[in-house]
Amino acid sequence: MSTATEHAHDDHHHHMPTGIKRWIFTTNHKDIGTLYLWFAFIMFLVGGAMAMVIRAELFQPGLQIVEPNFFNQMTTVHGLIMVFGAVMPAFTGLANWLVPMMIGAPDMALPRMNNWSFWILPFAFIILLASLFMEGGGPAFGWTFYAPLSTTYSGDSTALFVFSVHIMGISSIMGAINVIVTIWNMRAPGMTWMKMPLFVWTWLITAFLLIAVMPVLAGAVTMVLTDKFFGTSFFDAAGGGDPVMFQHIFWFFGHPEVYIMILPAFGIISQIVPTFSRKKLFGYASMVYATTSIALLSFIVWAHHMFTTGMPVAAELFFMIATMLISVPTGVKVFNWVATMWRGSLTFEVPMLFALAFIVLFTIGGLSGLMLAITPVDFQYHDTYFVVAHFHYVLVSGAVFSIMAAVYYWLPKWTGKMFDVTLAKWHFWCSLISVNVLFFPMHFIGLAGMPRRIPDYALQFADFNKWISIGGFAFGLSQLIFLAVVIKACRKQGEPVSDQVWEGAEGLEWEIPSPAPYHTFETPPVVK
Amino acid sequence: MKNTLYGVLGSLLSVTAFADSGAQKDQYQLNLSKGVTDISGQVYDLHMLMFYICVAIALVVFGVMFYAMYFHRKSRGAKPAHFHESVKVEIAWTVVPFIILIFMAVPAAKTLIAMEDSSKADVTVLVTGSQWKWHYKYMDRDLSYYSLLATQPEQIQNKFAKGENYLLEVDRPLVIPTGKKVRFLITSDDVIHSWWVPDFAVKKDANPGFINEAWTRVDQPGIYRGQCAELCGKDHGFMPVVVIAKDPAEYEAWVSEQEAIQRKAKEEEQKLLAMNMSMEELMSVGERVYNTSCAACHMPNGEGLPGVFPALKGSDMALNDMPAHIDIVVNGKSGTAMQAFGKQLSLKELAAVITYERNAWGNNTGDTVQAKDVNAVMNGQ
Repeated sequence: MSTATEHAHDDHHHHMPTGIKRWIFTTNHKDIGTLYLWFAFIMFLVGGAMAMVIRAELFQPGLQIVEPNFFNQMTTVHGLIMVFGAVMPAFTGLANWLVPMMIGAPDMALPRMNNWSFWILPFAFIILLASLFMEGGGPAFGWTFYAPLSTTYSGDSTALFVFSVHIMGISSIMGAINVIVTIWNMRAPGMTWMKMPLFVWTWLITAFLLIAVMPVLAGAVTMVLTDKFFGTSFFDAAGGGDPVMFQHIFWFFGHPEVYIMILPAFGIISQIVPTFSRKKLFGYASMVYATTSIALLSFIVWAHHMFTTGMPVAAELFFMIATMLISVPTGVKVFNWVATMWRGSLTFEVPMLFALAFIVLFTIGGLSGLMLAITPVDFQYHDTYFVVAHFHYVLVSGAVFSIMAAVYYWLPKWTGKMFDVTLAKWHFWCSLISVNVLFFPMHFIGLAGMPRRIPDYALQFADFNKWISIGGFAFGLSQLIFLAVVIKACRKQGEPVSDQVWEGAEGLEWEIPSPAPYHTFETPPVVK
Repeated sequence: MKNTLYGVLGSLLSVTAFADSGAQKDQYQLNLSKGVTDISGQVYDLHMLMFYICVAIALVVFGVMFYAMYFHRKSRGAKPAHFHESVKVEIAWTVVPFIILIFMAVPAAKTLIAMEDSSKADVTVLVTGSQWKWHYKYMDRDLSYYSLLATQPEQIQNKFAKGENYLLEVDRPLVIPTGKKVRFLITSDDVIHSWWVPDFAVKKDANPGFINEAWTRVDQPGIYRGQCAELCGKDHGFMPVVVIAKDPAEYEAWVSEQEAIQRKAKEEEQKLLAMNMSMEELMSVGERVYNTSCAACHMPNGEGLPGVFPALKGSDMALNDMPAHIDIVVNGKSGTAMQAFGKQLSLKELAAVITYERNAWGNNTGDTVQAKDVNAVMNGQ
């Protein structure tokens, strides 16, 4: 596909700062990628700890561990941290590491902005987490912060919440601009649009989604801020506003946001499945078109989150049908992955195990999403644990599994050593089993009528909640195995790997040395 | 925060203590219930149709995938094929799902249109949510009342054994007639709530400042239980919905009886204006009212939740400024969660609860507030 160029010996022509200064001042895409990934992992553990509090409280009926107000803070901050602190930064970290290496660019297009877009993130989350220690506690209105619960009826910590979301938004927008500019301008000669690896394609489309909707989120939180503190009435009927308008604005951001968290995952799976099938990706072009259609459709389905708010029938029908349509391009993706495996030569290394688990579990989450699209039935599912099951299947066993697959897939390229495969397999099997014990029974209690976001529940839900909590604790503990694997890998323990690392791997990033040198592709490769 | 941490430690020790959750019905309910109305039956059928279609799709996709995982393994000597494109196949698996979708959308649209047609109702009930209770007003009758959680706090705090309908029981359920089309007008006094009875397949948000409509026609008499479905603050998990369906004659008798009771209570209230209640009576009534109407926010010990709900114990208003105290209880405080209790409680209850707040938890002002004092504030004197 291309000629590899070796630049492993260029490191010493800069005076690179060492120690902490290296990380604070770095403009290197690999360093920044590493920072993003570690940050995301720490946030994953923090948000996970909050999930453990939630599951401990729900282990049995009655209030045992936390009071309801604190429980609501846990569900709220768990959601915010997992979405904005774990999944999104992890994907940005992967983009930083991989996009330049995949398109044959020396670095991201805007390296100083890259540094800044990472380094404002820790402050955003320090502000958010610090608000939990205020008198009255942190945000307790759900990560969707519906007005007027988040305005008239919220605590003073709302101001901190708004500020921290603004910072997260700025960081995401800058990251997205960087990805677009890099991909648009810095592809190696010969790397035409339809030769780009799918991870690059999906991230390009994701970046456009980010730029389109993060300002909408910023607008929504600003209106919440002014409604609460400055006397406006955007969401207050008494002043001529409308609380349901908040939901329209929020979900106009929120639905594309869902695809922001899954499109890069599609890209990752589309890289991994062909490698371990030793066969080219089936239907490359249709994958690109499917991703684009999903992104475009994501702008016209937002109100399927709002079927019970009292919309006109015509609007309900429109949003039902538009939502159902999304399953067509999503189906195409799944079919393409299966067709790629068909008559391949399959092996099951750790990244492939996670990718296969992704395909199965994401599809389950997608199918329950199709059920949720059917408006009359959604009236029964809405705001129950069925919804919780659905979005955790697509986000945990979907997005998070894809991130883990990606880390296992590219980690040997980053460190030059094979990770501890035995430990990684333990991580996989423990995660796979526990994630299903955790989320599958949620379908049952949701259908049986348990609402979301409640700290206590009727006795009929007791047994399943106990199992769910046990699954939750097991899944939480399993991630410590992942931590161990990553720490061992970062200490450069393990067998050295070849440049290609995996037998079937193809692409520019597999043609540079392992570990990837600090600077790569200073002279662009030529892609044939 | 500190309390929370102690709570965590304490409960970790007691996790094993409570284990008697057996003997309830529906312990292992896995699926949606069929419900008791024509609409809820249709919804159930749609749900099952969707479920079977999804299972069929999953079986086909995973079947092919697992077949490949087994038979096309490298360890079985599989050699990779070279195909990676087929326009025909791509078109097929775009068009076929599309047809399946149409097959799903048509019955769904029919049911939806029926669900949203609340015209020609026989009975109309205004349902108003507020933190954390429901209010029912029969629009064509002279009857309205609040419906509050009836589960004892001691059950929630694991001090008493939990009853069969734990968290799904209220003091005054909504009563509707069987065989009649009942229309619900749904709104809210504060944040967004959502009124949900699974057996009717009715879930509709209660939006402050706007009125939503829903309807049901229940054929079987019975008691149907649901919950608030939209996060509405601290006690979102503690505002159940209970509806009793009675046959029309019984319903009629019940409404007339309740109307008479409410009329009588209003007459009694006028008599109260001329008399004084004793401190003991005020305090005992006041404590009961406080625990059902005030304790959710201001807490049973009167200390509130710092930073969220203000304390009454030792507060300036409860110790000194009696007119302001009566005013805030009667009229509420706009822009905060403090509701106007003037329309929720009787004069006697208002007088009692204000007296209680001024004398409980060491507030010991010795003040008594009488019905006529409250009435004066209500009439703007």
